[in-house]
Amino acid sequence: MPRWTSALLWAVISLIGAGAFAYLGLTRGETISAAWLLTAAVCTYVVGYRFYSKIIAAKVFALDATRATPAERLADGRDYVPTNKWIVFGHHFAAIAGPGPLVGPTLAAQFGYLPGALWIIIGVVIGGAVQDCVILCASVRRNGKSLGQMAKEEIGPVAGFTALVAVMGIMIILISVLALVVVNALKSSPWGTVTIGLTVPIAMLMGVYLKYLRPGRVLEVSAIGIVLLILSLYAGRWAAEHPVLGPMFTLDGVTLAFSVMIYGFAASVIPVWLLLAPRDYLSAFVKIGVVVALAVGILWVLPPVQMPAVTQFIDGSGPVFAGKVFPFVFITIACGAISGFHALISSGTTPKLLENEADARFIGYGAMLTESLVAIMALIAACVLTPGVYFAINAPAGVLGTTAESAAQVIATWGFTLAPSDLTLLAEQVQESSLLSRTGGAPSLAVGMAKIFADALGGTNAMALWYHFALMFEALFILTTVDAGTRVGRFMLQDLGKHVWEPFGRVSWYPAVVLSSAIFVSCWGFFLYQGVTDPLGGINSLWPLFGIANQLLATVALCVGTTVIIKMGKARYAWMTLLPMAWLVVVTMTAGWQKLFSPDPKIGFLAHATWVSEKLAAGTLPPGVKDAVGAGRLIFNDRLDAAVAAFFMLSVLVILIDSVREWRAVLGGRKAMVSSEHPYTARANA
Amino acid sequence: MNVELRVASANRWWARVAATVRRIIGAPDYAAYVAHVHAQHPGCEPMSEREFVRERLSARYERPGSRCC
Repeated sequence: MPRWTSALLWAVISLIGAGAFAYLGLTRGETISAAWLLTAAVCTYVVGYRFYSKIIAAKVFALDATRATPAERLADGRDYVPTNKWIVFGHHFAAIAGPGPLVGPTLAAQFGYLPGALWIIIGVVIGGAVQDCVILCASVRRNGKSLGQMAKEEIGPVAGFTALVAVMGIMIILISVLALVVVNALKSSPWGTVTIGLTVPIAMLMGVYLKYLRPGRVLEVSAIGIVLLILSLYAGRWAAEHPVLGPMFTLDGVTLAFSVMIYGFAASVIPVWLLLAPRDYLSAFVKIGVVVALAVGILWVLPPVQMPAVTQFIDGSGPVFAGKVFPFVFITIACGAISGFHALISSGTTPKLLENEADARFIGYGAMLTESLVAIMALIAACVLTPGVYFAINAPAGVLGTTAESAAQVIATWGFTLAPSDLTLLAEQVQESSLLSRTGGAPSLAVGMAKIFADALGGTNAMALWYHFALMFEALFILTTVDAGTRVGRFMLQDLGKHVWEPFGRVSWYPAVVLSSAIFVSCWGFFLYQGVTDPLGGINSLWPLFGIANQLLATVALCVGTTVIIKMGKARYAWMTLLPMAWLVVVTMTAGWQKLFSPDPKIGFLAHATWVSEKLAAGTLPPGVKDAVGAGRLIFNDRLDAAVAAFFMLSVLVILIDSVREWRAVLGGRKAMVSSEHPYTARANA
Repeated sequence: MNVELRVASANRWWARVAATVRRIIGAPDYAAYVAHVHAQHPGCEPMSEREFVRERLSARYERPGSRCC
C-alpha cells in the first residue's frame, strides 16, 4: 500500500473512533445504539495496536524475528514447543478470559455506561495490554521465567517474597468472590442447580472415557461432553418442574456455599484426569463459544443501550456497591481494562510456546484487546436491561426489600421506573421464582444475554432456555477457576509451608495433600460464607477487595516491567509502564484507604464495624441481622476485611519502595545496568 | 484426483484442525512429543502415552500461570 493511502486509512479510522466518542460523550437523555460503543472501542483498539504497541515491539524490546525463542532453544516436546502464532493466540486468550471481564462491567454499569466504557477502552490500550505484552516479552527473553522469579531476580528478594505471599492472598479472595457469584446465581434456582450439578458427573465420565476407553481422544470426548451439557440443560428444566425434585434442589445460599467448598476440596485431592482436566477442556470450548455467540448476537441485534450515560450514583451512593466513581470504577472493572492475573499467564505457558518472538506483540497486546472487547460486550448486555430491571436484579435485598412492589418504590426514589408486573413477567419468562436482588452480576448478565439471543432469533418463548444456557456457561467457567485455583493454591501453600514443617510440602504424601487442601479451602470458604450470610449480599464488600488485589498484582507486574526496561538501558521508554503503574498506585491506595477509613459505614469496613457495635450497644440490630451473635460476626468480618485490605496496600508499598530503590541504584550508576536476558542466538530456520 | 487421494487429503486436513483445537484448549499433544524425541534425541525411548499424559496434566495444575479470573 502506498504511504499516503495508509496514512489516509489510519486518519479515517481515527476520525470514526473520535466521532463515536464524541457522540457517546455528548448524547444525554436518549437511548443510543450499542453500535456507537462498539465503534469507539474497535477503532481505539486498532489504532492502539498499530501505533502504541509498535513502540513496545520496535523501540522497547526491539523484537527480532531472527532471534531464537526459548521454545526453539529449549524445545522438549512438553513445555517448550514452537507453536504457530494463531494457536498461541487462541491458547493465551482462552487462558486469560474468564468470568472477570463479564462480572466487573456488569456491576460497574450502576454508574451508567460511560465511566465503565471509557475505563475499559482507554485502560486497556495504555494499561492492560501494555502490561501483558511487556511481561510476555520480558519472560520470552528470560527462558519463560515466571513473574515471581522475575520479581525476585530483577527487583530483589523482598519484592519476590512479597509477590509470592500476595499472589496467594489474591487467589483466596478471587476464589471466594467467584464462588459467591455462582452461589448467588444458583440460589433458589433448581433448574440452574441441577444443570450445574450434572456437569460434575459429566466431567468424570469424560475423564474415565479418556483414561480407559479411548485414551487421547480429547475432541471426541469433548463433543460427547457438549452434547451431554445440552441435555443437562433440559434435565434441569425437567427436574425444576418435578414435584419432588424441584423443591429438593431449591437450595439456600449456605447449602450451596458448602457444596461449592466440598467440590473445590474434591477437585484439589482427586487425580486431575478424573475431574479437572476434562472440565477444563469443556470450559475452554464453552468460553470461546459464549464469547463468539455474544459477539454475533450483539452485532446482529445492535440493541439500544437503556442505561443513561452517567447515573447519580457516581456520588458514591450506589446500591450495587458503595463508593464514588473515582476510584471505584477502576477497582470494579479490573479484567477488561487491566488485570494483574494476566501477568501470571504471560509469564507461564505462553512464553514457552512462541516460535517467533515478534509474535509477542500480536499475542500479548492483541489477546488483551480482545478481552477488553468482551468486557465492552458484557457492559452492553447489562445496559440492554432498563435501569429499573437492572437495579432490581443487582441491588441487595437490604436496600430493595423483598417484594417487587417494595423494590419498585425504592427504585422510583432513584428516578427510574419499574412496573412490579414487568419484573414478575420477566422472572416468569426465564422460569425463575424471582429475579429480585440476584446480586453478583451473573443473573443480570444472563437476562441481558437471553434478551439479545431471543431478539436475534425471534420470540420470547425460548427466553428461559437462553437464560439458563447463559447461566450454565457462566457458572461452568467460574467453577473451573474455583477448582483449578484451589489446586494451584494448595500447591503454593505446600510450597510455603514446607519451610515451617518439611513433610507438609510433600506433594505426593496424602495426609499433606488433604491437610493443605483443607486449609486452603477453609481460607476462601470463610470469605464465601461471610459473603453468603452478609445482609448486604457480600459482593458489596468482597468485589472491591478482589479488585484491589488484582490491581495490586498489576502494580507488581508493572514494577517488574519497568525494572526490566530500565536495566535494558531503555529508561527513556520506562514511562510506558510507569504511566499505568502510577495510575494504579493512586487508584488502589485511594480505594484501599477509603475501604479502611471512610467514615461512611457503607464504604469503610471499620466505620461499618463501629456502626454495628453502636447499634448493638443501643440494644438494636442492623437490618437483616437476626441476633447479637450475627452482629458480632459482622463486626469480626469487617475487621478481617479491613486487615486484608491493609495487607494488600502494605504489599504494594513494599514492592514499590523496593523497586524505586533498585531503579535509583541502576540509574545512579551504583549498580551495573545489565539486562538479565538470554543472549542473542540466531534462529535455525528463520 | 481419485477417491482414495481425496479421502487421504481430507483426513490430513481433519488431523490438522484437530491438532490446532487440541493445542488451543491445552490438551497434551503426544504425537508432537514423540516426533520431538525421535528428531532431537535419537536412541532415546519416549515416555508411553499414559505416562506422558499424566506428567503433562500434573504439571499444568501445579502452577498459578495456567488459570485466570
